[in-house]
Amino acid sequence: MAIAYFTDIAKQNVVAVQEYSLLAGRSLSNLFGRPRYYAETLLQADSVGVGSLPIVVLIGLFTGAVLALQTSSTLQQFGSLSLTGKLVALSMVRELGPVLTGILVAGRNSSGMASELGSMKVTEQIDAMRAMGVDPTKKLVTPRVIASLVMMFFLSIISDLVGLVGGFFVSYLLLGLDPNQYWTTAYQALRFGDVFMGLSKPIVFGFIIATIGCFYGLSAKGGTQGVGRATTQAVVAASVLIVVTDFFITKLLIGIFEY
Amino acid sequence: MSSLAPPVEQPQAAPAKSGEVAIRFENVSIGFDQPVLEDVSFQLVHGETKVLLGESGTGKTLILKLALGLIKPDSGTITVLGEEVSSMREQDMYALRRRIGMVFQESALFDSLTVEENVAYRLIEETGEITEEIHARVLEALEFVELAQTYNLFPGELSGGMRRRVAIARAIITQPEVLLYDSPTGGLDPVTSNTIIELVVKQRDVYQTSSLLVTHRLQDAFTMASHYFDRNLNKMVPLEDGSARNVHTTFVILRNHKIIFEGTAPELLRCHDPYIREYLS
Repeated sequence: MAIAYFTDIAKQNVVAVQEYSLLAGRSLSNLFGRPRYYAETLLQADSVGVGSLPIVVLIGLFTGAVLALQTSSTLQQFGSLSLTGKLVALSMVRELGPVLTGILVAGRNSSGMASELGSMKVTEQIDAMRAMGVDPTKKLVTPRVIASLVMMFFLSIISDLVGLVGGFFVSYLLLGLDPNQYWTTAYQALRFGDVFMGLSKPIVFGFIIATIGCFYGLSAKGGTQGVGRATTQAVVAASVLIVVTDFFITKLLIGIFEY
Repeated sequence: MSSLAPPVEQPQAAPAKSGEVAIRFENVSIGFDQPVLEDVSFQLVHGETKVLLGESGTGKTLILKLALGLIKPDSGTITVLGEEVSSMREQDMYALRRRIGMVFQESALFDSLTVEENVAYRLIEETGEITEEIHARVLEALEFVELAQTYNLFPGELSGGMRRRVAIARAIITQPEVLLYDSPTGGLDPVTSNTIIELVVKQRDVYQTSSLLVTHRLQDAFTMASHYFDRNLNKMVPLEDGSARNVHTTFVILRNHKIIFEGTAPELLRCHDPYIREYLS
């Protein structure tokens, strides 16, 4: 009895992974076919990008600031307070900028996508779309994937920048560091591999955010309760996947750029 | 409903190919945790309307979804407009589905789009925007269901009956070769139900569209079988006694995963099967 129960659970998970992979694959292969929904893509880009901008700026700014604050005491012990800019730059660009932006956008947009598509699913609007000869993966999923990929890229850059500004405020106003020194060490610390890592992660995270949100939305069943469940699962799954994927991308790129 | 707008002139339905099969189910079986349909076979010829009757959970809606390829059968073959949908890939289904119209049980209108955008949905897919021609066609389709004044409203602002009529306008705007109605009168008052059935009869008699109609209301089924749409009077009228007019409407009754009756209204009334007698009473 117990074995059968666990077998069923395992089967369900394997099927879910298979369906997610198919959806993710379709969302990319749709890029090479028609029709293309430019207006829908722009609308989603506005929702993901412009809509998430205030929160990304706010979190980025305070993350940079608190990073400078937290590390200053340790750096001071080694007489290396001047390296604050370098530390903030490397931490923000390589790790915190993309990951925090990814988790924030996942919380805001994976949930939005899951609830929107989930509501459409449980009210048969997805079936109606299919019945009218419109492919929901082309009309709904691909525009969200493109919008998330592109917007995550730019949001991460903005997050990195305001993080550095936040670090600068703390370094200059509270720690008394020379502004020139802060920005010079921050700029000189960054190598091609760091920037590449910082810019490649958000693209992967954007893909995860959109495909996970859409997958849970399109799999929703069981009325409004099911939509709520799908929304929660989407945020949890996207956030966990972002952190796990971050580890593997970091490991891979560290290997490639030989840090 | 005595003041139906004049029939939509444009676009015309594809000419009914009399005698040719529009939909064919051959030994179709499907189940989820338990069997729902077992070895179901029937066919719908062009110009015919088949009314699917049966208790809840007997697989009536499932038959519509199978015909549309939204769900695949476990076994058996389903042929729609000459294409075998039971073995087609989802991507290949979309072109075929554009030749079929479906009215969902709960209307399934896009709640973030206006009535006009809902009705024009298929046409906007081709042009990318609402052109003047599309706007005119939307108004014609809405006039057909007597809701032309609602084109800029949202579905949430409409009553249940109005939503159902908008769903019909959306399904017929491209004059599909086959129409699938899933309980179009479910949950509606008798007057509104009659309005909907009049629209279905009008579509049947004016455009000779092949249709599968699911309903729980026997009264609707018999109204369809005993009335026709008079173009001169522009309303649905009863068949005269002894009339030889063929209204091309047959009944299918489902029970215990199978079809237990298939035939015309008079044949149904003559049937001696105890279950059917009880069902009719």
